[in-house]
Amino acid sequence: MLRPFVNFAFAMPEQTYLEAIRAGLQEEMRSDSSVYVFGEDVALGGPFGVTKGLSEEFGVNRLVNTPISEGTVMGLAIGAATAGLRPIVEIMFIDFITLAMDQLVNHAAKLHYMSGGQLRIPLTVRVQCGISGAMGAHHSQSLESWLAHVPGLKVVMPANPADAKGLIKSAIRDDNPVVFVEHRGLYWSKGQVPDGDHTVPIGQAAVLRQGEHITIVALSSMVVPALAAADELAKEGIFVELIDSRTISPLDVETIVQSVKKTSRLIVVHEAVEQGGIGAEIVARIQRETFYYLDSPIIRVAAPFAPVPAAPTLEKQFLPGKERIVKAAHHAIARG
Amino acid sequence: MAKKNSRALTELLRRMWLIRAFEEKVSALYAERQIVGLLHLGIGQEAVAVGCCSLLRNDDYVFGGHRSHGHAIAKGADINRLMAEIAGRASGYCGGKGGSMHIVAKDAGFITATGVVGGTIPLALGAAFAAKEKKQNQVAVVFFGDGAGQAGPFHESLNIASLWRLPVIFVCENNGYAEFTPLSAHTKIERLAQHAKTYGIPASTIDGNDLFAVRDAMAKAVEKCRGGKGPVFVECLTHRLRGHYEGDPAKYRELSQLAEWKKKDPLARVARLLKSKKAITDKELEAIESEARERVEKAAEFSMSSPWPASSDVDDHVFATT
Repeated sequence: MLRPFVNFAFAMPEQTYLEAIRAGLQEEMRSDSSVYVFGEDVALGGPFGVTKGLSEEFGVNRLVNTPISEGTVMGLAIGAATAGLRPIVEIMFIDFITLAMDQLVNHAAKLHYMSGGQLRIPLTVRVQCGISGAMGAHHSQSLESWLAHVPGLKVVMPANPADAKGLIKSAIRDDNPVVFVEHRGLYWSKGQVPDGDHTVPIGQAAVLRQGEHITIVALSSMVVPALAAADELAKEGIFVELIDSRTISPLDVETIVQSVKKTSRLIVVHEAVEQGGIGAEIVARIQRETFYYLDSPIIRVAAPFAPVPAAPTLEKQFLPGKERIVKAAHHAIARG
Repeated sequence: MAKKNSRALTELLRRMWLIRAFEEKVSALYAERQIVGLLHLGIGQEAVAVGCCSLLRNDDYVFGGHRSHGHAIAKGADINRLMAEIAGRASGYCGGKGGSMHIVAKDAGFITATGVVGGTIPLALGAAFAAKEKKQNQVAVVFFGDGAGQAGPFHESLNIASLWRLPVIFVCENNGYAEFTPLSAHTKIERLAQHAKTYGIPASTIDGNDLFAVRDAMAKAVEKCRGGKGPVFVECLTHRLRGHYEGDPAKYRELSQLAEWKKKDPLARVARLLKSKKAITDKELEAIESEARERVEKAAEFSMSSPWPASSDVDDHVFATT
């Protein structure tokens, strides 16, 4: 008879990933009047509805619709940051962050350093990435590894609604430029989100499942097939320790190292192209710390070295999924 | 000339001399390899820097480019810390991490220079946006050259500044050359002010070596901006008497052209005016120059005797900590 009460007391509302981001934005904008959002159509809710309703509450003065001038809008936000605002820039697709790279890389990332600490750039850049809906090569990329290569930028990629809310709040509060990489395919995924001022620290991975046979590190949308793969492997008696990286830079190397020392095997899964993807950085760092613990070479499951094709059949082939992860796990186990 | 006016004018001439002396000293130290790196000097463009910045408040935001030592000095930067920064010393404004092209003197309101041509133009828009929100009548000013007029962000910025009525003043130092190439080889548009007008921004083209013309245009611009009437564009025709960078033989420039511009030296023009009004003597003029050189000499001593940054500084300030 106590159970209903327990459920009520610890109830966590269920939200979509998109709603969770909006809730995070709303809470931060309520508690800090220096938070502004700049982007194309943000006052109208944006193409996916992330900022829906916010301009009604905060006004078009704080949800600022911009022309299609990503580079200048990025620079404007950075300049506003130097003058005391806490800006958020929305870039509609990560594919278009290319247009803003000069300002992001040469100014946002470097002004604190080059000024010897005089300037702070409390900027949040929101982008959505990834494959969903056969949109083709200019609306489907995953470019997070480019950003992780830039000293001075932090890069986060939440994979579930709770982390989306927690990380957007942390990103906004961080006095450094943080690129918050959303995944379009996750926008309508649901999950429980803690009430109240829920934050997730930047630079901290999450162990989603414990297991002793093989460690899988997954990024963003790849957590979903990784979980499915873990379920399937469990039926075979292979128990996966699944880690959601959550932050790409600074990487939580320690959590992964501790896991691999236990399991002796590692697979890294990301949707981005394998060559030069963040998986390469993870592999390089982990092998440095765990070389003598490994029973088999580390495997990356990632996209092929090609632009994202438009045909839905080709796109499906391009996207890493449960089957490839299971196959990689079998391979890693067989080697041992 | 009224005493008050001549005193004010003499003070402006002092500031122009401070920049001139500073740049010449930095050049000398560079030639001796006591300063290394890539230097772009503003010798000959002092009237723009002093004419503009003398009309600004300390809390107005100024942004520059790669040739901004003079802008920082005119805005009120400490020349000791400035020279130490250019010399890469720990006592410099940026702890030696920025250098000549990335000067930041925040307490003087010189927010940042940049190594990217036109790169600070969007930044200035952002500072202007913040100023507008803060409602304290601050303005943002950004200096850039004629070479920036062909860059995308220049046009995007004119558009947005006009659209949002931002309190930003665009000051274009049109010295006729973008690096080694004359403007005419970069564009058919002879005067960058025309671009501003295209985007609905009031613009003027003036003699940038005439301190009074600069001050006059800037005073009007500042009044407009503080009054919430939106951005203003001031194109100042001027010339850099040195090469694009220190070491540039500038073979692309006719010697006769250089000689013509030397006749229009902004410092000499102010001195001539003061003398013609009998507001200054030759001795006083010499004193202004020697005082400037003395101050700069002290800055050089300070810089050269300052320690280099600690090796642990190399990855300090990558991130701000709360």
